[in-house]
Amino acid sequence: MKHTIKELEDIASQIRRDIVRMVHGCQSGHPGASLGCADFFTALYFEVLNHKTDFTMEGAGEDLFFLSNGHISPVWYSTLAHAGYFDKSELATFRKLNSRLQGHPTTHEHLPGIRIASGSLGQGLSVAIGAALAKKLNGDQSHVFALLGDGELQEGQNWEAAMFAPFNKVDHLIASVDYNGQQIDGPTSKVLALDDLQAKFEAFGWHVINTDGNDMQAIVEGLHYAKTLTGKGKPILNLMSTQMGAGVDYMVGSHKWHGTAPNDEQLASALAQLPETLGDY
Amino acid sequence: MKKYEYTEKKDTRSGFGAGLHEAGKKNENVVALCADLVGSLKMDAFIKDFPERFTQVGIAEANMIGIAAGMTINGKIPFTGTFANFSTGRVYDQIRQSVAYSNKNVKICASHAGLTLGEDGATHQILEDIGLMKMLPGMVVINPCDYNQTKAATMAIAEYEGPVYLRFGRPVIPVFTDPDQKFEIGKAWMVNEGTDVTIIATGHMVWKAIEAGEQLAELGIDAEIINIHTIKPLDDEAILKSVKKTGCVVTCEEHNKFGGLGESVARLLTTELPTPQEFVATNDTFGESGTPDQLMSKYGLDAVNIVEAVQKVIGRKKA
Repeated sequence: MKHTIKELEDIASQIRRDIVRMVHGCQSGHPGASLGCADFFTALYFEVLNHKTDFTMEGAGEDLFFLSNGHISPVWYSTLAHAGYFDKSELATFRKLNSRLQGHPTTHEHLPGIRIASGSLGQGLSVAIGAALAKKLNGDQSHVFALLGDGELQEGQNWEAAMFAPFNKVDHLIASVDYNGQQIDGPTSKVLALDDLQAKFEAFGWHVINTDGNDMQAIVEGLHYAKTLTGKGKPILNLMSTQMGAGVDYMVGSHKWHGTAPNDEQLASALAQLPETLGDY
Repeated sequence: MKKYEYTEKKDTRSGFGAGLHEAGKKNENVVALCADLVGSLKMDAFIKDFPERFTQVGIAEANMIGIAAGMTINGKIPFTGTFANFSTGRVYDQIRQSVAYSNKNVKICASHAGLTLGEDGATHQILEDIGLMKMLPGMVVINPCDYNQTKAATMAIAEYEGPVYLRFGRPVIPVFTDPDQKFEIGKAWMVNEGTDVTIIATGHMVWKAIEAGEQLAELGIDAEIINIHTIKPLDDEAILKSVKKTGCVVTCEEHNKFGGLGESVARLLTTELPTPQEFVATNDTFGESGTPDQLMSKYGLDAVNIVEAVQKVIGRKKA
């Protein structure tokens, strides 16, 4: 372990503060699933990922990460800043004119840490597979990680990718699903039910593991375990239960905070629940 | 009129296959992907020599574009292959976000473009692809005219850094360009120098323009014929230079007149040098089943249609 669980939880608390402040600062963006994935991003970038903050697009010899559900950009931007990819002061520019921190992540403004644009849903798993295939061709044994939203699994391209990866033994790939059960129009169970995702991915040939995405110990152990499963002929799917809005009591578990910014009063209430640990931007 | 002769007919998709094979030999980073149309795209030679650098994705074009975009990140130069319709309209958003906006070095190679796909009919005969692709910021759009030019273009785009759409076709057509040509992206080819009218043609329509040029010569009309193989970026200089001399222009393409080469030329001329122009193109229509020759005739894409358009535009110039 590079950090204790307590240290990682402290980082996640700062990232959650940043998320709420960033979304409040421009009065737009997606706080719900960003908060829900703060523990995952912390575990990934501060504990699991073998990466360099001196960013190169190729990332030869490094683990790569692809975010498919690009709307949770606040959590990624804050994580990248605290990991050292760019100065945290830049978080204040989120979604504002002439910023590298676009509403959805993009390579267009050359923000370090971003390797593909995402936002239009359902494309990230294919891209991650391509990166993994190219690494294999290059004899590069490092891993490729991806995060997908659960709602975006309604996009058909995911299932093209889900069919492709096991058949082609793309086995250095660890895809996580942010399984919070919510999407813009309501619970996924009411909009278009995902039903038994584990059985679906297993039927396609994936090795599926389950983790609690809001328990730091569990997510760190889960991702380390996932790494031990790679190189054995199957891609890995981490079905990760999270709570939308985790860490801010009035946002927890509700799709209403998918894409809504808090007002001044709500911001104060959220920040009171999230200790400042690394210094606000 | 300069004399063009040919000894054989070949399909432009075979030029692509040959060019891909050569590019693969030259650069080990060249990889190919196909969505269940290996034979149609003539990828066999590449696959035989470089099996580990070929990815069969099955009938899943969206996944193919995403995988190709991902492969560029580790320095690969992916060439994706399927029919033009499935290369563009079907996967427009995947190309827009994962390739164009992300500025990935993907070569989208599209066969069976236009009416000359023939008997399969309108579901497969895309006549809108040039428009779709040229509207994407940063996308290079190329539509070569014969086997040799397609082969040369395929090799050239492997050396160009950035997203490219390469459009070619199914039928065998005359091979009339230099087998050893150097293909320069964005550079027009002067097919025939003339003084009375500028005929600008792309793809399969270049040979038709040559046939039309011969018929026009017999009528005493001296046509300048320019091949624009790269629709974007357009060779503004070559077009303006020619039109300054001739004073009128006819554009020829196997594509809808909405959004195609003709509109690109019109956009240039209307801002730089307003000039009478006629369009030889399909007119806001889908295709249908038939032989390639029957379809080109029915939809007004034959040499005779170019001759008529030239006569009309010369009349407008004098008016």
